[in-house]
Amino acid sequence: MTAGSHRHLRIIAYVVGSLRRRWRKNVAVVLVYGFVIFTLASVVFLTQSLRREAVAALQGEPEIMVQQLRAGRHGLTSIGDVAALTRIVGVREALPRLWAYHTDPASGETLLLRADADSPPGDREVSAGAELLRRRGLAVGGVLRLQGQTGEPLDLTVSGVAETATPLESAALLRVSRAAFRALTGMPDGQATDLALRVRNRRELPTIAEKISQAMPSARPIIRDELVRTYASVFNWRSGVIIAALLVPILAFILFAWDKAAGLSPDERREIGILKAIGWETSDVILLKVYEAVAVSLAAFVLGTLLAVAALALPQPLTVLPALLGWSTLYPPFRPAVALGAYQVTTLFFLAVFPYLVATVIPAWRAATTDPDLVMRA
Amino acid sequence: MRVTRSTAFLGLVLFLAALGVLAGLDATRRSLGAEARFTANRALARWFIFTDPCLFTDARYTRHPSLADRHSPFQDYPLALEHFPSGSLIPPPEHLAAAPRGDAPPNPGSGRR
Repeated sequence: MTAGSHRHLRIIAYVVGSLRRRWRKNVAVVLVYGFVIFTLASVVFLTQSLRREAVAALQGEPEIMVQQLRAGRHGLTSIGDVAALTRIVGVREALPRLWAYHTDPASGETLLLRADADSPPGDREVSAGAELLRRRGLAVGGVLRLQGQTGEPLDLTVSGVAETATPLESAALLRVSRAAFRALTGMPDGQATDLALRVRNRRELPTIAEKISQAMPSARPIIRDELVRTYASVFNWRSGVIIAALLVPILAFILFAWDKAAGLSPDERREIGILKAIGWETSDVILLKVYEAVAVSLAAFVLGTLLAVAALALPQPLTVLPALLGWSTLYPPFRPAVALGAYQVTTLFFLAVFPYLVATVIPAWRAATTDPDLVMRA
Repeated sequence: MRVTRSTAFLGLVLFLAALGVLAGLDATRRSLGAEARFTANRALARWFIFTDPCLFTDARYTRHPSLADRHSPFQDYPLALEHFPSGSLIPPPEHLAAAPRGDAPPNPGSGRR
């Protein structure tokens, strides 16, 4: 073993003893600092999870969706408009889609009705997301009662579990036949909710959207990639608002931790003075304080991050989730799949360790560079 | 007379307090002056049958929350997540918040009648 590593080991052994001697202070700092990290990590992780969820949901959507506007509101689209859109150069195909929201008569939650062309259920059947069936206590063969457009109850037999890509789909999707869809929504024949456009070249999307607006001035082309960008910025904005709202308690806790960590107690001063007097170098004292700070802040970082990850799996979501979701709380409750980005964890790590290191090492360095006699007398 | 630090501090506090009182007086004067405008606005709101004041202009459902529904925030595509900035500042009004309703029709297949 080299002399250098031997020195480090001896200092670490001393650090363990010193942490144990002042365990009350260190545990308090770890708890408070860990709570701050937990709060920030919860916001950051949930934001990342929701963004991932939104992008995952958009993966299955067509490149451009065309909706009609009537009196400034979303209106129904005529299936006949398909011909005009497929004439636009670059459009591979245009498909009318039937989808609508339906208020669950049992819970008041917003569900999604979809009538797809491929392998639809029978006219008196429905296939639903697994989570929706679980929450309603239904199995395949059970009967789901919905409310028709005119208010009459409509009983549909559950024919299967619908394939879903995201937790939200699993909690809210109902797949029905076109006839059942029209009975539930009152949508007339020849009309569709929107038109889905598949495009050959993604670089042509803005041009195609412009051509659609020219050909159909009342139409609103929605470009999928733009929605992805919107979601990224809106969730960033919302997490920023939440952190701003939490800033006062967070700052109070940071000040508490800072005060505990940065203010060298007379005991610690005397200890540094004695160490210097018995022959420790200034660099040894600083190394000692660096190890101490790293041990405490790393413990707080690990504690806070682990708690935040564990909170993502709690049955009752944190209050941060509804604030991030906004009006999406009208959907049935769903848990976005946990997404931890290396970028987020690294940012949190530096946010946790670096300020703490600076706060503790600088006062220690100042004490270590003063004459031991003065330090011990102070 | 020598101005001590404490005198200077007291002077500053008194000066700021006087400014605060002046600001309050000014606000009262302005709000009294605005009463005529409020009366005109009230008459206008009655004439148009306005439902609620428009606090945000970005999203339709937050513009007039009393007229919002459970579907309009998600119209961009199936199961869209609501994405207007004001959506997190004004939560859905109470009459829309999803909650089990006592008068819901029983689910015939669930065995929970």
